[in-house]
Amino acid sequence: MNKMPKWADVILTPVISLVLAMAISAFVILAIGESPTVALTTMIDGALGSSYGWGFTLYYATNFIFTGLAVMVAYHASLFNIGGEGQAAMGGLGVALVLLSLPLPHWALALPAAMIGAALFGAAWALIPAWLQAKRGSHIVITTIMFNFIAAAALNYILVNLLRPVGSMDPASGRFPEATHLPKLSDMALALGFEWGKNTPVNISFFVAVIACVLVWLLIWRSRLGFEIRAFGKSEPAALYAGINPVRITVIAMLISGGLAGLMAINNVMGEAERLVLNAVEGAGFIGIAVALMGRNHPLGVFLAALLFGFLYQGGGELALWTSIPRELIIVIQALVILFTGALDNMVRMPLERMFLAMRKRGA
Amino acid sequence: MMQGGGRLETAAPAAIELRGISKAFGSVQANRDIYLRVERGTIHGIIGENGAGKSTLMSILYGFYKPDAGEILVGGRPLTIADSQTAIRAGIGMVFQHFKLVQNFTVLENIILGAEEGRLLRPSLSKARGVLRQLAKDYELNVDPDEVVENLSVGHQQRVEILKALYRQADILILDEPTGVLTPAEADHLFRILEGLRAEGKTIILITHKLREIMEITDTVSVMRRGEMVASVKTAETSPEQLAELMVGRKVLLNVQKVPATPGKPVLEVRGLRMVDAAGVERLRGIDLDIRAGEILGVAGVSGNGQTQLLEILGGYPEKGSTVTGKARVNGTPLPLSGAGCNAAERRRQGLGHIPEDRQVEGLIMDFAAWENVAFGYHDAPEYGRGPLMDRDAIRRDAEGKIARFDVRPPSCDLAARNFSGGNQQKIVVAREIERNPDLLLIGQPTRGVDIGAIEFIHKRIVELRDAGKAILLVSVELDEIMSLSDRIAVMFDGRIMGERLPGATTTGELGLLMAGVDPATAPTRDGTLPAHTP
Repeated sequence: MNKMPKWADVILTPVISLVLAMAISAFVILAIGESPTVALTTMIDGALGSSYGWGFTLYYATNFIFTGLAVMVAYHASLFNIGGEGQAAMGGLGVALVLLSLPLPHWALALPAAMIGAALFGAAWALIPAWLQAKRGSHIVITTIMFNFIAAAALNYILVNLLRPVGSMDPASGRFPEATHLPKLSDMALALGFEWGKNTPVNISFFVAVIACVLVWLLIWRSRLGFEIRAFGKSEPAALYAGINPVRITVIAMLISGGLAGLMAINNVMGEAERLVLNAVEGAGFIGIAVALMGRNHPLGVFLAALLFGFLYQGGGELALWTSIPRELIIVIQALVILFTGALDNMVRMPLERMFLAMRKRGA
Repeated sequence: MMQGGGRLETAAPAAIELRGISKAFGSVQANRDIYLRVERGTIHGIIGENGAGKSTLMSILYGFYKPDAGEILVGGRPLTIADSQTAIRAGIGMVFQHFKLVQNFTVLENIILGAEEGRLLRPSLSKARGVLRQLAKDYELNVDPDEVVENLSVGHQQRVEILKALYRQADILILDEPTGVLTPAEADHLFRILEGLRAEGKTIILITHKLREIMEITDTVSVMRRGEMVASVKTAETSPEQLAELMVGRKVLLNVQKVPATPGKPVLEVRGLRMVDAAGVERLRGIDLDIRAGEILGVAGVSGNGQTQLLEILGGYPEKGSTVTGKARVNGTPLPLSGAGCNAAERRRQGLGHIPEDRQVEGLIMDFAAWENVAFGYHDAPEYGRGPLMDRDAIRRDAEGKIARFDVRPPSCDLAARNFSGGNQQKIVVAREIERNPDLLLIGQPTRGVDIGAIEFIHKRIVELRDAGKAILLVSVELDEIMSLSDRIAVMFDGRIMGERLPGATTTGELGLLMAGVDPATAPTRDGTLPAHTP
């Protein structure tokens, strides 16, 4: 019944998309007079060639896992949450308020407290668009986009006028107490007796992200709530017939989604910057959309896609550092990957399906 | 009488002749070595179950698909039909089951669409107006040429489709399930039009699954089963029972076997039910209903007269933004008609089951596997796992049992609902709802798009539930179904119950009048030429 085997659907299609994106990127690099092979080796070396590179790749991937999961959960309820950026920014505010106001003696206490703050603020920021969608029919894509701008402006004001320490010229909060700093993976490696990823920001949040993948999988595919979310996402009339309340599901799915986006703040705000700075999210909210699309809205896919985008982020940075290829080109490469794996998915998928059908026909 | 390969020999060239047509989709052989001969100036019925290959065959004839093998002769000359333009030029017109009309164009604009001549519209429009006037006179095909299509009744929209084909000078008209959406009176009118066309020498191919229509109007009939043409016979020389057997491949009971009902205590009581939808239109205008334990109340009516709203309200999900007033009780307990208590989950806890009108939109999640659909609506049931997680093994065990007992084919738990045929999809829904043993079962169009074998099966299960002392509300637009299943029949028109009849003491003619809003008891009798109902 299926048009092609599962492995072709899950692995072959994205890999071919990726190769196509790389090929066009190579042409662009050629066109500006640089060598694509040098570019590729620089990226791979810089992102994956050393534990230092891996440390950054995994750090970025952690951000993308959270925002990718956020987009994915909403997607299963047929809601396109483009507000990950704003929700993650608000999550950062939650983390900062928790860590700056509560005297937490140890990171093991600070982490759960910060997670609650991050998730609550992220979820709250998703609640208003969710409610407007459920009750008033305002389109969630429009409202969540708008809420990104509102979040940016609100954070700007809060940082400059409320959280900025007296006398500081920097629009950022004060540093979080030393006791609340999260252990870096490099510290953990040292404790185990080997050196890994020295001076990299990847921290224990990476494991939280991996656990989040498992929990989201349980939620969507094993729980009653997930059943209702998926049923509602596939057909609202059927959900009504089955006694699933659309308002409730819309709100709950968006709360979970916003909470996951907000959780990203434990990585970038708490784990890396150790204070709240302006524009801390750096577009990770938007990358989450591509990650969820490329990951085919499955936590394992999200995890792998997040790794890929982590690689592109870190590799791109290295490219700008070591070659004369401008930083902007990496945005072109990333955009091509998003274009091919997301928007042009069917361009690769349909010829593949036809090919597999033809092969099956010949085999039959 | 029945000949191998299904050929009837005649001297004159046939309007259409198919020789050895085959078509496969992937590993599915949709048409296998089809021979068909349709004589000029006849009405030729093609009958078969869903998935028998009727639509594929007609799509080949209309140029939508290219056959893998075989040849097509139109008027005795071989013709390669590569696209629908070729078909139209060869004089073949098609009236689809789902009309292909631009809703906000006028009748005239729809008719010339694709057949405009020149750069300006006006000459084409005035030419079409003239042709239309002539066609209306010749064939009783009356439609206001300047009316916007979305304001037309379904019967009139269908006439526009026929006019479109005739305007393109079609000699051969293919109609795909044309009466599915019509009232009996509208269907009669359509048949008169078709007879008029036949008298003018046009050839008509009628695709249907309704045996009654085949017997009523066709000259010859071809039966398809599993992609093959199993017989072509003269209609006068066959019987519905024989056709049904040919279609299904085994003996089929066309009439439901049931003993007289022994109604018990009242289960459903509805009093003064009114509903005003979000647009302010009153859809239900004071419905009173009673159903007792152990009886089937059939609600007849043309679709769109409030049956959907009635089912939705009783099922616990009135249309968004609507206002519902009145009272309803099940086993003496009031059903909340609005507010928090009014939802489908609560209704199920009160002992209601519901087989919805549209299984693909409401009853099933088409992308979910069969086992997930078996739990759908009952996913909160404690036997499907305690706590927030669902017990997949328990659900699958349950689903396997239901699939086996209801003979769902293929018997696969993991197949997505969309990969089952219509009849098997419906069996999944029926199994889920009936096996919960509800005190009151709401049923909407239980056999729409379901093949004869499955209809027989589903009808039997409904009667068994009745005999087990349960109350059943059956809404159907198929009068035959209402007549054979119901213990009492209520006819709905324009949000009201026009009247109640006993199936033994009424006729389809009388019900047809009630369905059109005429009470034969009070209104002067007409000769069956009722104006088509416009909402």
